[in-house]
Amino acid sequence: MGKTEEQAILKVERLGKHFGGVQAVHNVSFSLRQGEFLGIIGPNGSGKTTLVNLITGFVKPDSGRVTYRGKNITAKKPYTIAGLGISRTFQMVRLFYNLPAYKNLIIPLSSSRVKKLRGGEYGERDDVAVDLLDDMGFERDSFVPYKLAGSLPHGYLKRLDLARAMALRPDFLILDELFSGMAMSEVASTLPLIEKFHEEGLTIIMIEHRLKELFRVVDRVMVLNFGEKIAEGSPQEVMGTETVKKAYLGIEVEIG
Amino acid sequence: MPVIALLILPIVLKGYWGKVLVYACMFGLLALSWDFLACCGLFSLGQALFFGLGAYVAGILSYYLHWPPILTIPAAILGGGLLSAILLSPVLRLRGVYFAMVTLMMPLLFMKMIETTGLLGGAHGLSALAPFPNEWVAKYLAVGGFLFVLFVFRRMISEDYGLVLKAIRDDDRAVMSAAINIYWRKTQALFVAGAVGAFAGAFMTHHYQFVGMTVFALDYSILPLAASALGGPGTFAGPALGSMILIPLSEALRALGGFRIALYCVILILSVIALPEGIFHYIERKYHQFERLVKVG
Repeated sequence: MGKTEEQAILKVERLGKHFGGVQAVHNVSFSLRQGEFLGIIGPNGSGKTTLVNLITGFVKPDSGRVTYRGKNITAKKPYTIAGLGISRTFQMVRLFYNLPAYKNLIIPLSSSRVKKLRGGEYGERDDVAVDLLDDMGFERDSFVPYKLAGSLPHGYLKRLDLARAMALRPDFLILDELFSGMAMSEVASTLPLIEKFHEEGLTIIMIEHRLKELFRVVDRVMVLNFGEKIAEGSPQEVMGTETVKKAYLGIEVEIG
Repeated sequence: MPVIALLILPIVLKGYWGKVLVYACMFGLLALSWDFLACCGLFSLGQALFFGLGAYVAGILSYYLHWPPILTIPAAILGGGLLSAILLSPVLRLRGVYFAMVTLMMPLLFMKMIETTGLLGGAHGLSALAPFPNEWVAKYLAVGGFLFVLFVFRRMISEDYGLVLKAIRDDDRAVMSAAINIYWRKTQALFVAGAVGAFAGAFMTHHYQFVGMTVFALDYSILPLAASALGGPGTFAGPALGSMILIPLSEALRALGGFRIALYCVILILSVIALPEGIFHYIERKYHQFERLVKVG
């Protein structure tokens, strides 16, 4: 990657959004370099998910600007932004419950983005889908990938949502509380996957309440409170900040 | 089996019941068109719009330009599909009941416009239009068109293309985050559904050799919906089956006069309560249960 590594792949400038009288996101600015891994933390209702919705086009900002690879993507349509390679998971998983699990992946696989990336080569989409699920721990030879998504347990749904996001072959992945509701064993098996994506060059934003796991994988952390950025830096730096301790945790967290 | 039956029926059924068969096929097409839209989460109460647009496109081309049916019908399919897509594309962002309301109003709007302005024959309609060469062409075009659409839709929905449409119904935000322009897909679906409805309209125009503003009547919106509800929406086979039951039934009850509508409503209400999944799903489920019983035994 070389030179591009120094440039910001995503630049968020003074982004703001209010719902009625509530200022959900206020003047938030930050940027990410190619291949960087940013964690976003903050108490419930601090604007983390709204920030993701603003970046991915699901919510239109009142003010501010989002630039991706030098291109202004502020208030663009969600499918346009996804088409540029920014893929996301949802805090409340959004899946196609009436379809078998692996068929859920056919939707991103049949987008024009994936068609273009795969070029003329056109393997069976179903096989690609099952391969992807196999990577996520849905054993290929079990019945799990073929069951209706609606009948799967929560932990599987979360990983299916991740698989759906990865099926788009993103350059940029945003994970919105992927681990919430997952069993410890599932977290333990999913975390290395995300580390692997990162090592392969994927730029990632991860919103998470499980700080211990988050701090193990991220390069940098940003803390939100009442829609405002109150700290940014390495996990150690951020957790050392008085405002963060006070506003967010009220307790000390062991970092390791 | 049912396919063979449908292909033989036009030979067996003569006169009045032959007409009923054609009628059932036309409503079947409208029901299929309704089910196709429902597949991607668009609940329409205005199949009459598609029907009426097709009927008038064919009528206008036949009346003013003297085109033969072999040209007017393809033109009506394309034109009707395009007009439907263009007219309804601004409201594609509306979902559920709001989309339904707009589609319900559209045909009424056209009806009143034709009535009050007197354009396109006004309340008298356009008559003495070119007929089909003979009865057989008409019957087989109706049955053939109906079966063709049924099979194409069944095929389409199980392909990846149909999968995307079904996914839009399930969760449109998830489809958007898969980099798929859902509004463009929905517009395509409108075109397809509109084209199928327009074919039915154009067919009836030439069948009756007349087109009037009644083609925008509520019947053409409600009956396909009722047929789908009875047969089982979401399968295409269900709505097709529903129209094959409902239309002949309503003709058989014609002797009862106005009372038949009441009876008809009762049947519908009962079927919705007793068989909310529709006949087709019910049979499918029973069939699978039976299959299992046999295996175990």
